[in-house]
Amino acid sequence: MRRKAEPSGATDRGLSQQVDALSVDSDTVRRIAHLARIRLPDDRIEPMREELNAILAFVEQLDEVDVDGVEPMTSVVATKMRLRADAVTDGNIAEDVVANAPTSDDHFFMVPKVVE
Amino acid sequence: MTDLTQLTIADARDGLKKKEFSAVDLTDAYLGAITAANEKLNAYIVATPDKAREMAAASDERLAAGKAGALEGIPLGIKDLFATRGVHTQACSNILGGFEPRYESTVTQNLWDDGAVMLGKLNMDEFAMGSSNETSAYGPVVNPWRSTGSNADLVPGGSSGGSAAAVASWLCAGATATDTGGSIRQPAALTGTVGVKPTYGRCSRWGVVAFASSLDQAGPITRDVRDAAILLGSMASVDVKDTTSVDVPVPDYEAAVGRSVKGMRIGVPKEYRMDGMPDEIDALWQTGIDWMRDAGAEIVDISLPHTKYALPAYYIVAPAEASSNLARYDGVRYGKREGGADVQDLYENTRAAGFGGEVQRRILIGTYVLSAGYYDAYYKKAQRVRTLIKQDFETVYADGVDAILTPATPGAAFGINAMADASPIEMYLQDVFTVTVNMAGLPGMSVPAGLSADGLPLGLQLIGRPFDEETLFTLGDVIEKQAGHFSPTKWW
Repeated sequence: MRRKAEPSGATDRGLSQQVDALSVDSDTVRRIAHLARIRLPDDRIEPMREELNAILAFVEQLDEVDVDGVEPMTSVVATKMRLRADAVTDGNIAEDVVANAPTSDDHFFMVPKVVE
Repeated sequence: MTDLTQLTIADARDGLKKKEFSAVDLTDAYLGAITAANEKLNAYIVATPDKAREMAAASDERLAAGKAGALEGIPLGIKDLFATRGVHTQACSNILGGFEPRYESTVTQNLWDDGAVMLGKLNMDEFAMGSSNETSAYGPVVNPWRSTGSNADLVPGGSSGGSAAAVASWLCAGATATDTGGSIRQPAALTGTVGVKPTYGRCSRWGVVAFASSLDQAGPITRDVRDAAILLGSMASVDVKDTTSVDVPVPDYEAAVGRSVKGMRIGVPKEYRMDGMPDEIDALWQTGIDWMRDAGAEIVDISLPHTKYALPAYYIVAPAEASSNLARYDGVRYGKREGGADVQDLYENTRAAGFGGEVQRRILIGTYVLSAGYYDAYYKKAQRVRTLIKQDFETVYADGVDAILTPATPGAAFGINAMADASPIEMYLQDVFTVTVNMAGLPGMSVPAGLSADGLPLGLQLIGRPFDEETLFTLGDVIEKQAGHFSPTKWW
C-alpha cells in the first residue's frame, strides 16, 4: 500500500524518470561509499544508486531559485561568539574516555596495525 | 485512588505539594504501566525502575523538607538521543551498541536538577533520521491510536516516535524529544500530543547525539500546552558547553498560558495550501483560523515564497552535516566493532554493519554533496536558499505578524510498513510543513486540533518569532481550549 495525496508535485514523476533527470552511476556510488567508509556489497550498489538519484532529482528543484548575490547562511540565529578565559576546565579522565572503547589497553585505543 | 498516570504534569505537581500521594507512588504507577504496555507499544527501549525509585525517594525527601524543584517528583521518559550517565544511550543504532556515557546531557541534567525522575530511554528513528520510527534498531513503535473500527498497527511518526507514543499512552508524564526537520512536531501531531521545537539555541545541544548541528534542537512532548511550558522552562538554558546556546533569560513560559490574544496578528501563508492537500487538513486549518479570529486575533494573509524549496534544501544541508557528524562512529572509541584486516577494513566493516539503511543513504548523499567539485552546486546553493527562507519569515515578522498558523502534517498516522516500497522522498514529505521552521531557526509548536475521518488525531502548527516561545504557548492554549483534548481508547 502506498500513501496517496502527497502535498507536493515532486513525486508526480516516477522513479525511473527521476533517475533520468540527473544521475550518479554505480562507480560513483562505490567511490562515495569508500569516501564515507561504508562497505557496500555489490547487490546493494544498484538499489542505493536508484535511491540516491531519487533524492538528487528531488533537490534539483533548487535550480529554479535565483540566488545571485545571496549570502550562504552560516548561522541561523545571530550570535556573538562567546570567549572564556584560556584555562584548563576539564581533564584527567582517561578512564572515562576509554571506558566505552571496544578494545583499549593502558588508556590507549587499540586498532589493527597501521604502520609496519 | 485515581490512576495517577492520568494526571498532567501540572496536576501531579499540585498533588505532590499537597501530599495527596508521594513521588514514589507516582513513579510506581508509571513503572507498572510501562511493564503492562511496553511489549505491545515498544515505546521504551530500556526502563530504569531502580534509578526511578531512587530518584523518586529523593524527591519525597525534598518535598518533605520544602525544597521542591520545578519538576519535583515528575516521572519523565528520555529520548535515546540524550546522553544519560551510566544508562544505555544508543540513538537507537546498532553502531552505539552497549554505549553507556560517563556524562550527562545538559538538558537532562537541568531536568534532574529540577527534581524530575527518569523512567527510562525512549525508542526513536535511528540517529533521529525518519518520520515513522521504523528505522530504529529496536523495531517500530506502535501508535496507541487506531483508526475507528480497525486494529491495524499505525506508526506514531518520528523521529521522536517513542516520546510521542509514551506520552499519549500514559507511560510517562512528559518526554524529552528532538527536532531536526519535524521530529518533535510531526509525531506529536500523529499522537494527539503537544510538541514544541524551541528557537535554535534555546536548549543546549551538549550531550545530545548530533544529527545535523545547525538544525537540531531539543524540546518537550506533553499531554497539554501548560505541561509543555513547564517542561521547556526546565530544559532551556544557556550553556558554556554549547557555544550556539543563546544567552537570553528563560521566561516563565507557564505564565504565558491563558494570556489574551486580542490584537495579535496571525499570519496564514498561502504557500502552505499545497496541491493535493487532503480536504480534512484544509478544513482543520480553516477551523484553527476561525478560533484565532473568535479569540480576538487578527488574521493576515501572508506569503512565504520560498516554502517549497525548504525540503529539497534540507535534504542537502541535513545529510551533509550528518555525514560529518557520523564520521566519529568508527569502531575505535565506542560502540560496536567489526574486525578487519587493517584499520580501513575495520572502519568499513563496522559502519556497514552498524548503520541501518536510511542512515547509510543519508551519509552517502551528504558525502556526495560535500565531495570535491559538488560543494558549491549543492551545499553552498542550499545554504543560500536557506538564507532566502529565513528572509521570508523576517519580512512578515517585520510587517507586524506575531505568529504563523499552518497545518502540522500533510495527513494522519499511517500503517506500519505502509511506506516500505515507496521512494524515500515520500517519507520525507511528512516534514513538508515543519522543515521550514528548522531551516529558519524559529520556534514551532504542534497542538492537537481535531480528528480525521478515520478518528485519528491531527495537529495545527504555530510558528513564532525567534525566542518568542511565550506567544506560542498563549496561542496554543487558545487552540487547546477550543479543540479540547484527544486521548486514544486503551487497547494495549
